Amino acid sequence: MSHLSYEESKKLVVKGLILLGIITLVEVFIALLGKGYIIHDFHLPRWIMYLLMISMSLYKAYFIVYFFMHMKYEVPGLVKSVLMPTLLLVWAVIAFFSEGKTWREWRALKNDRTIASLQVPAIHKEEHNTKLDEGHTDSKSEEHKESLTPIDTTHHESSPNIEEHKEKEH
Amino acid sequence: MASEHTAHINIQQEEASWTGGSEPFKASYGKLMMWYFLLSDAFTFSAFLICYGTLRFSMPTWPVPDFVFSALPGGIHHMPLIFVTIMTFVLIASSVTMVRAVQEGHRDNKKGVVFWMALTIVGGLCFLGCQAWEWTTLIGEEKMSITRDPFGTHTENGTYIDGDGHDIKPGDSFKAHSSYLIHFHDGHFNPLTFKTEAGEIKYQQMGPKAFGALFFFITGFHGFHVFSGVLFLTIIMLNVSSGIYAKRANNYEMVEKIGLYWHFVDLVWVFVFLLFYLL
Repeated sequence: MSHLSYEESKKLVVKGLILLGIITLVEVFIALLGKGYIIHDFHLPRWIMYLLMISMSLYKAYFIVYFFMHMKYEVPGLVKSVLMPTLLLVWAVIAFFSEGKTWREWRALKNDRTIASLQVPAIHKEEHNTKLDEGHTDSKSEEHKESLTPIDTTHHESSPNIEEHKEKEH
Repeated sequence: MASEHTAHINIQQEEASWTGGSEPFKASYGKLMMWYFLLSDAFTFSAFLICYGTLRFSMPTWPVPDFVFSALPGGIHHMPLIFVTIMTFVLIASSVTMVRAVQEGHRDNKKGVVFWMALTIVGGLCFLGCQAWEWTTLIGEEKMSITRDPFGTHTENGTYIDGDGHDIKPGDSFKAHSSYLIHFHDGHFNPLTFKTEAGEIKYQQMGPKAFGALFFFITGFHGFHVFSGVLFLTIIMLNVSSGIYAKRANNYEMVEKIGLYWHFVDLVWVFVFLLFYLL
């Protein structure tokens, strides 16, 4: 099926190996550089990292499908019938990820209500933790501890992250 | 008159297509169906990966891949992403040898096809071996399972922790940026306290419970594809060497079809690698 000569296709294989290898290395390098492993205290903005890594992965996918799987040499009808359905995934990604974000907001909202229903002012949360660690001498902090226990157990087990959320609020 | 004439010819051609015998996509039945199988398989994988993304978006924090996947064989730690990069190279290399096998098939070079397919199988087995080691480490050492995620997820100002976190004892406290990854001791979890730079004392958060299940199901499903790919490659390689395909009218097309499948496995790994290890 290939429209290339044998020598040309052999060259393409070497090119593919080097190209995919280098892209993978660059991706790993960006991941490590961006998170501060390579240069101390140097971080890339998250969106730049994500943009670079996602676009490089998409390029890798394109290269594999078009050259290794010979999609480039198929007739347009076949190309369209295989590739166009994957466009549906664009919507799936948008819809599900925004749904996921909404779940996160609801969880945070639920935590706020749990705290409110236990009548523990949210602002004193950090202060309260400090007291727990220092040991509790007065009876008031003992009461606080009891009233807070349910929250602590739930958030350790099923991970709605109260402190994280509180941090954002301040 | 002229347009009527063309229309008549078009109808004739269409009738010819419907009565069979012609290939509108210039591809054989088998190859076309392999493409559509791969398309449907792509949707299955996408469903899994979108599920991962949705849950990740729904959590305030998520395990840090540089710490989850930082071990190397031989007891080496602190090497983020190195092992999985090696795994990726193995898979790319086996994909390249598969392309070579298909090319040798076009030249009717039986020995060449067998040689490059054998290398592809070796690559696939190496990848499976790497994955077995990775799973063993995560299950045995890190105590991760489909219902338990041992990785704490706390971040401070968007930056993550250093250190490997293997010597933590219950009740230890940590500064932010110091190590507080693993907190599974004596059969139960001990959430650790740590101090932020501002001096606040916080409890470490448990990671999302679904992380282990997502990891084992998605990499497991991919690993199963690699495994069945290796099986089919072996069968087809044996058939090639016995000369079955050389006698067929469509020659080495079977090698092309398994080649398509094998590249697809590599293609899926590109996205598994992106979502689990890089982001």
